[in-house]
Amino acid sequence: MAKTELMVCKSGELKDGDRKIIPNGKSEIGVYRVKGKLYAYQNLCGHQGGPACEGLLMAKVEEVIAPDKTYQGMRFNHNEMHIVCPWHGWEYDLETGHMVADRKFRLRKYDVVEKGDAVYVLV
Amino acid sequence: MELPTSDIHKMTVEEFDTAKLLINAARQRDERKYHQFPIIDIDCHHYENESMAEIVQFIEDPVIRHTGLVYSGKGTGAQTPLLPGVVGYQDMAGRVTRYPLRKTERTPADGKHRDVHLSLKWMDAMGVDYACLFPTPMLLLGLHPQAEVEVAMSRAYNRWLIEKIMADEPRIKTMLYLPFNDPEATYKMVKDFGDKKGVCGFMVVSTRYKPVHDNAYMKTYRLIEEMGKPLSFHASYNWNDQMLSNTNRFLVAHALGFTFFNVVHCANWIVNALPERFPKLKVVWIESGLAWIPWLMQRLDNDYKMRSSEAPGLKKLPSEYMQDMFYTNQPMEMPSDMSVLECTFKMIKAETQLLWCSDYPHWDMDLPSVIYDLPFLDEKAKRNILGENSRKLFDIDVSARYPNYKPMT
Repeated sequence: MAKTELMVCKSGELKDGDRKIIPNGKSEIGVYRVKGKLYAYQNLCGHQGGPACEGLLMAKVEEVIAPDKTYQGMRFNHNEMHIVCPWHGWEYDLETGHMVADRKFRLRKYDVVEKGDAVYVLV
Repeated sequence: MELPTSDIHKMTVEEFDTAKLLINAARQRDERKYHQFPIIDIDCHHYENESMAEIVQFIEDPVIRHTGLVYSGKGTGAQTPLLPGVVGYQDMAGRVTRYPLRKTERTPADGKHRDVHLSLKWMDAMGVDYACLFPTPMLLLGLHPQAEVEVAMSRAYNRWLIEKIMADEPRIKTMLYLPFNDPEATYKMVKDFGDKKGVCGFMVVSTRYKPVHDNAYMKTYRLIEEMGKPLSFHASYNWNDQMLSNTNRFLVAHALGFTFFNVVHCANWIVNALPERFPKLKVVWIESGLAWIPWLMQRLDNDYKMRSSEAPGLKKLPSEYMQDMFYTNQPMEMPSDMSVLECTFKMIKAETQLLWCSDYPHWDMDLPSVIYDLPFLDEKAKRNILGENSRKLFDIDVSARYPNYKPMT
């Protein structure tokens, strides 16, 4: 079945680092522009149904382990951004929508395109 | 309000509204038709520290009241000496956004207390009819080195809750905080406030170092048994505990800490045969999840069979006493293999002994759907766990919201 284009906003209204939540039937879709790339996910956490896309966008936290296997602290990896559900903190990889602690779970992903001067989600 | 993130991009929230945050909970409520049966939340919270200026007015001891007035007012730059500080960050450094945003939420200026408005908002969103409200920072008061401060604060809090919150709102109940570090004051608390409107039971915060089998508590247990109201033990954590201080992540301090103290108290309660001494006293274990119960049942049964001479007061297996007790689900473990959870439900006789609770607004809260969506429960079991078991146990009158209510048979 052909997908419908759902307009998100004018391109200029979704700047880099921005997020828009748009209604889609009985749910919503969260649309992100991060480092120039567009992403769209259903605003529904696979845990208890929280509004995942309304939470923070956080860089992945990594441990720093030295060659001698000693712990040296933690750091942010800004190459892997996470959508954090505000209800309980479940984290999803922005790139794939997979829940990072248990990849059985994932956010429903939507195709998103920029045409002319507007951003559209395909539903 | 701007929320800090790990990135250069900040997140700005114009307005925080609990009803909006919980819109997906409201959708679940409507899809599952929760309006058809009562839902009772037997463990939820508010942030009483935000009303501390009001609460300290109720402190009876003039010197402690003066201290409370100073530190709940402009302060001195030091931390309040009336609440012990414990390291921990349940909000995950702001990731659970309702923590930093809560203070910005607007409530109507209609004379009703802000905490009543905030409570009813999340209750309505989830489909909760009645809720048992507990404090938050005061859950660490059992660790205060001055027993008299626990007594003063808990008496003030209970009076404030009775007069300023529950008097205004019949959907909000409580189990009275008991200052357990002082057995005489605990007894007096039950005597003085046990029959007040909205008081449906009594609550001991488990996080403390007092054995529940101490003879000093027996007259209080007898009094509570005579009153016919339940006694609950509510978990919290102490990262400074000698054992837990060996852990370096809050995840572990929380996962173990919230079970740890209830495990010890429950074991003591049983091997000292308190269920035989107080056969009509209903005991509830709150906020330790469920996975610890089958573990403790098996551990105690196994040792008891070999060492029954150390627990001569028992007339049946420890696990059989534990099946007579009541438990709350939250934070309910959701194993990948659901047969594990099903087995736990069977071992604790969940259909009659399990009481749903949300623990809202805390970070690991559970919605009613954690019970309602379980594939191995029938409709009657779901309704029992979500409301009927608590209605019976706490004798909660639901007629205002369900005039023709009859439990499912």
